[in-house]
Amino acid sequence: MRAVPELVCPAGTPAGLRVAVEAGAHSVYCGFRDETNARNFPGLNFDRAEMREAVAFAHEHGAKVLIALNTFMRAGSLEVWYRGVDDAVEAGADALILADVALIDYARRTHPKQRLHLSVQAAAATPEAIAFYRDRYGIARVVLPRVLTVEEIARLTAQSAPCETEVFVFGGLCVMAEGRCMMSSYATGKSPNMTGVCSPPSHVTYRDEGGALIASVGGFTVERFENSEPAGYPTLCKGRFSARGITSHLFEDPVSLNAVELLPRLAEIGVTAFKIEGRQRGRAYIATVVKAFRRAIDALASGGKIDFEELRALTEGQRDTVGAYRKAWR
Amino acid sequence: MMTAPRMSLTLGPVLYNWPIARWIDFYNRIADEAPVDRVCIGETICSKRKPFVDEVILGTVDRLERGGKEVVYSTLALPTTKREVRDIGDMIQAGYLVEANDITTVHLLNGRPHAVGPFLNIYNEAALAVHLKLGATRVCLPPELPLGSIRAMAAGNDAVEVFAFGRPPLALSARCYHARSHGMPKDACQFVCERDSDGMDVSTIDGVPFLAVNGIQTLGYVVTAAVRETGALREAGVVSLRLSPQSCDMVRVAMIFRGLADGHTTEKEATEALGALALPGPLSDGFLRGLPGCTAEVD
Repeated sequence: MRAVPELVCPAGTPAGLRVAVEAGAHSVYCGFRDETNARNFPGLNFDRAEMREAVAFAHEHGAKVLIALNTFMRAGSLEVWYRGVDDAVEAGADALILADVALIDYARRTHPKQRLHLSVQAAAATPEAIAFYRDRYGIARVVLPRVLTVEEIARLTAQSAPCETEVFVFGGLCVMAEGRCMMSSYATGKSPNMTGVCSPPSHVTYRDEGGALIASVGGFTVERFENSEPAGYPTLCKGRFSARGITSHLFEDPVSLNAVELLPRLAEIGVTAFKIEGRQRGRAYIATVVKAFRRAIDALASGGKIDFEELRALTEGQRDTVGAYRKAWR
Repeated sequence: MMTAPRMSLTLGPVLYNWPIARWIDFYNRIADEAPVDRVCIGETICSKRKPFVDEVILGTVDRLERGGKEVVYSTLALPTTKREVRDIGDMIQAGYLVEANDITTVHLLNGRPHAVGPFLNIYNEAALAVHLKLGATRVCLPPELPLGSIRAMAAGNDAVEVFAFGRPPLALSARCYHARSHGMPKDACQFVCERDSDGMDVSTIDGVPFLAVNGIQTLGYVVTAAVRETGALREAGVVSLRLSPQSCDMVRVAMIFRGLADGHTTEKEATEALGALALPGPLSDGFLRGLPGCTAEVD
């Protein structure tokens, strides 16, 4: 019998972490309140003391804490990230989630026994790319980019052992290869790689135009919501643009990832961990989503039936997609 | 007075799907007339385009080498299939000087000397040092890096190249936006990307030019031009400027940057000369100045 897939859940705040753990997360991932992590939003994340307390709380409840330091170090300021790694190890992190090859190199040299995961921001999409990090730095798990099909994930998982694989199953969806996108930096000067933000709220503006709501990022209009439409967050790659005289959601429709129907297959091919996106989400949302996925995973493990309807209902009112996991998406 | 050593010029690979006859003509003219030191050649964006290039590449390489250019074989930026990875491995086995654009290729190179293109995430001096140790001899930095970061990275080595001309590459995806825009699946795309020699222009719904699409790649609408920064880059220890091909007169672009790098052309002259070319968008040095990359040059 296969091991039970690990449910990896977001924790944007200490309170969010407790909610996720109590709702049944096997692991939570979180970051320090600075530019070292890729969800560097105001009001989110953990200071050093909060992180130590969070780890203690999670461990008491049998859950693991994965600390993300997954931006790329700013030239001339490496100490900020090195100190982050040292403090995460000291706080008792079960694993560090890293993307910058030099930070991985530092963590491995300085903390030889620390478990390291490769962030999705490193976009390792082939067995050779994974081997690069596994063989040179002892990376124990790789979070796979969302550009792969399920069959590619199967091949990667088989060839990457003993390095484990973790895949996103629910939440926000990057259309671009993660960690290799500078669209936000192009429009706003702030980017996931360098500042830990994408299409940041500080650069989003709304204006009313004849009853329609116009949303802009960095001064570029990305969406026009008519009266009745729900106003979703204007992420650059989910915007409506014009090309060849045609207006469309050129890159991606405003959808989110929901791979619930693929859970059995992903477990069957040996994926170790299922990840839920959304460190910026509220506690009620986290509680509902984590509970539902935990029930599904328990059902998978015991050979019971997954309540797909419950999981599908999580995105009710919103459109969802299985993304690149199905080849036709491309 | 101490002067910084001569900066070399590198012609990046053609990123777009140009009809093959035009591709050959382009490189023939580069071989004969362009004052560039090296030429990166090969398909980096879409493996479906690769067979067309592969069929004629050896003749073109020969012509470039006879023209005194060092030739570098550029490789796919987002390999995912077994076949794509095998093709890169074959190129390395054949002993060519390869430019890596994905960590997959760095792994396959296994320490052999190689170049690195602008698609790897090398954002700081420590990451650069890791790659130099792995055999990189020349590294083109990601285009979003500001001058301050470049200064911290270019000191103490002879390896740093900066993306100095052309539409800035911004993103890669599993999805082909050219095919999507034409309502076709990627697997039956009919090579519609061939219609846009500088990429397909993308504007906002209120008509403001924004981006350009090249198959699975997204680029900026503006044209990067490190005109005002050439002197500062040389002083920082940058050894090479990368000129990324657009459909405009690239021989002229190379001459302008040669003049700038040697101090024979002033910024004003260079800006005017570039402005007179048929560029797909306004000139920009926003990224280098630490501003949004879309910022057009204003003088």
